[in-house]
Amino acid sequence: MTTLTHDRIGAHPPHAHGPTGLMRWVTTTNHKDIGTMYLIFSFMMFLSGGVMALTIRAELFQPGLQVVQPEFFNQLTTMHGLVMVFGAIMPAFVGFANWMIPLMIGASDMAFARMNNWSFWLLPPAAILLLGSFFVPGGATAAGWTLYAPLSVQMGMGMDMAIFAIHIMGVSSIMGAINIVVTVLNMRAPGMNMMRMPLFCWTWLITAYLLIAVMPVLAGAVTMILTDRHFGTSFFNAAGGGDPVMYQHIFWFFGHPEVYIMILPAFGIISQVIPTFSRKPLFGYASMVYATSSIAILSFSVWAHHMFATGMPAAGQLFFMYATMLIAVPTGVKVFNWVATMWRGSLSFETPMLWATGFLLVFTIGGFTGLICAIAPIDIQLQDTYYVVAHFHYVLVAGSLFALFAGAYYWLPKWTGHMPSEFLGKLHFWCSIVFFNITFFPMHFLGLAGMPRRIPDYALQFADFNAMASIGAFGFGLSQLIFLVVVLKCIRGGKKAEAQSWEGAEGLEWTVPSPAPHHTFEDAPVLAKA
Amino acid sequence: MTETLERYFVPEPSKFPILGAIALLLFGSGAAMWLNKVGAGPWVFFGGIAILVYMLFGWFGQVVRESEGGLYSKRVDKSFRWSMGWFIFSEVMFFAAFFGALFYVRVLALPSLSSGDNEALLWEGFTGAWPSSGPRVSDAFTPMGAWGIPAINTLILLTSGVTLTWAHYGLLKGARGQLKLGLLATVVLGAIFLTLQIYEYTHAYSELNLRLDSGIYGSTFYLLTGFHGLHVTVGAIMLTVMLFRAIAGHFSAEHHFAFEAAAWYWHFVDVVWLFLFIVVYWL
Repeated sequence: MTTLTHDRIGAHPPHAHGPTGLMRWVTTTNHKDIGTMYLIFSFMMFLSGGVMALTIRAELFQPGLQVVQPEFFNQLTTMHGLVMVFGAIMPAFVGFANWMIPLMIGASDMAFARMNNWSFWLLPPAAILLLGSFFVPGGATAAGWTLYAPLSVQMGMGMDMAIFAIHIMGVSSIMGAINIVVTVLNMRAPGMNMMRMPLFCWTWLITAYLLIAVMPVLAGAVTMILTDRHFGTSFFNAAGGGDPVMYQHIFWFFGHPEVYIMILPAFGIISQVIPTFSRKPLFGYASMVYATSSIAILSFSVWAHHMFATGMPAAGQLFFMYATMLIAVPTGVKVFNWVATMWRGSLSFETPMLWATGFLLVFTIGGFTGLICAIAPIDIQLQDTYYVVAHFHYVLVAGSLFALFAGAYYWLPKWTGHMPSEFLGKLHFWCSIVFFNITFFPMHFLGLAGMPRRIPDYALQFADFNAMASIGAFGFGLSQLIFLVVVLKCIRGGKKAEAQSWEGAEGLEWTVPSPAPHHTFEDAPVLAKA
Repeated sequence: MTETLERYFVPEPSKFPILGAIALLLFGSGAAMWLNKVGAGPWVFFGGIAILVYMLFGWFGQVVRESEGGLYSKRVDKSFRWSMGWFIFSEVMFFAAFFGALFYVRVLALPSLSSGDNEALLWEGFTGAWPSSGPRVSDAFTPMGAWGIPAINTLILLTSGVTLTWAHYGLLKGARGQLKLGLLATVVLGAIFLTLQIYEYTHAYSELNLRLDSGIYGSTFYLLTGFHGLHVTVGAIMLTVMLFRAIAGHFSAEHHFAFEAAAWYWHFVDVVWLFLFIVVYWL
């Protein structure tokens, strides 16, 4: 990726001869460089969060305490969540947005190229604060990734570091989101109407709105925790007239749209991959746009389904239950549209398509368990059990992560100029999907049998399924190293990729050479009338 | 449709973003150290702020030079408009979290604490009437009235909105004197507002015994008005920069989005204040 092709005639502003070496990456304003840095950063965070997960699973391999102390176990579950959500999944999608949106809409770069650099470079400081908190007195925060009061009001310095890390990541996300909104609205090539945009751009546009709306709310929530901790306020203290449950309301007002922030861009990627390998246009494009918007709007009115067990009036339970189930409608529209796209298509199953098909199957299971959790009387039983852990790993790993892999294999030729190894890619897929299910499927049974989440030790009757899950987790973790090998091989060499790297691929990104030159579309392409 | 598109401005590599990242790292870690009584905390914290100020000066300075150098096309201008609008929306959502906390406490938390089992078993005799410092923070305080300084401050901010619009009209019709005078008046009104807020805080602490730790009333009062005051400060700094730029001969009737962005921001803090005046001071 470091060899640049300067082949656009007269296409160079002075910085073609800008800083080289490390400083090139530190000072860059190029959307492709910044996208690459986002992707590398998120993979590093994915591995760090993965090591935490494997330590958790090692401890849970058998009952009793063998590997870590309970206090440290709680730090691990908390940090695993924070690192995966804010460090791995979200930045990975922003990396995709940076790389692909300008290429897809025929823009020369992001609308604010310099601010784009700042959005990225705020993430390593946030990661330093977050991961560094393991090494301060008292260790990292152990309040769970949701940082519920009053636990979060009581912890040591690690909690403050997590709060400031969240503030910094919030600044980064808001700037990144504004950049994406403006790029999509204002940087499209002539003829690229909104309803002609690739669906990935649509899903990111809507995701960016969600980010702008809810990241500031999270900042407000953790700010209140900070002032409760150090400045004597009583937001979450009943003795002073506040309410710890209020934290949950504010947090989940952020938290539920956050769920869609992590899945809508995944829907976008899947909507690019499936048509390519079905050799058919996406079925129901307009309905996909409306479904995505509906999900985003509904996501603001369902937050209390995370809190059925905290106690609320029956009317509240009913409202949040039905509002939540309503989301199944637009989500169903999407799933059926993908299936309809494949229906009677000329299908082939290269690695990206395998991941997309896997996504379709396994994410749908996660969607269904979500419906089950949404039913208030059932949720009272399932709250804080392993069933919930199983549910959100089906949507976050099999949903977001599998879609990220589908997208990575799909666009690796465009990024590196070489086709990824089909053999290794397929091995990666089959290992991942098998070990994923070995890990997380038994967790449904554990949860239904009553095993609580976030505990380092458990009753004997849960031993077999836990051992199974732990074996699966190590298999899944090791399988991810295959991906690292694929990417490194792809950067170094392999079969040359053509401009249109996949037979059925359509869109502006496939009209530029592979690897994409450092600067593309400096003069906007003009699209033929639809 | 034959639209001729000029090339969109893409800036050169810049050292400012990484400086900003280092600044926020020092800011965050310094604050965490300071709050936990680690000796170097304040030094790291203020070091971060110093770098941040340097970075903002340099970065915005460069943007001003690029703008005055004619690098920003109509399309870049449109990008700035979209982005400032959505930035202000994100600020609205930040305030929404604190307004939401205030409403939640008044409508749900306090009535619940003062009724049923909570009242009978935990907080006997607690009425939950607003303003409240909660059942167990007993240090009596006097709430802040609406019709003294806050009402005057409302008038000041509303007037500042008028002077700012007057300045904008001056800019549009090329009356530079009106532009400068209007901006100056707005900045002075902002400064008077802030001075009165500081006076109000000292009055609250020394005479009303209304403090940050006066239960939920003190928490919501100081966080809401405090964050608003911070935003007024930022807005006033923005307008001061605009004043200096106007004096330096920047802005034309067609090309002056920096001025408009600062004005949008100022109107935004103005509107937030109106909500504050109604739900924090008055009702």
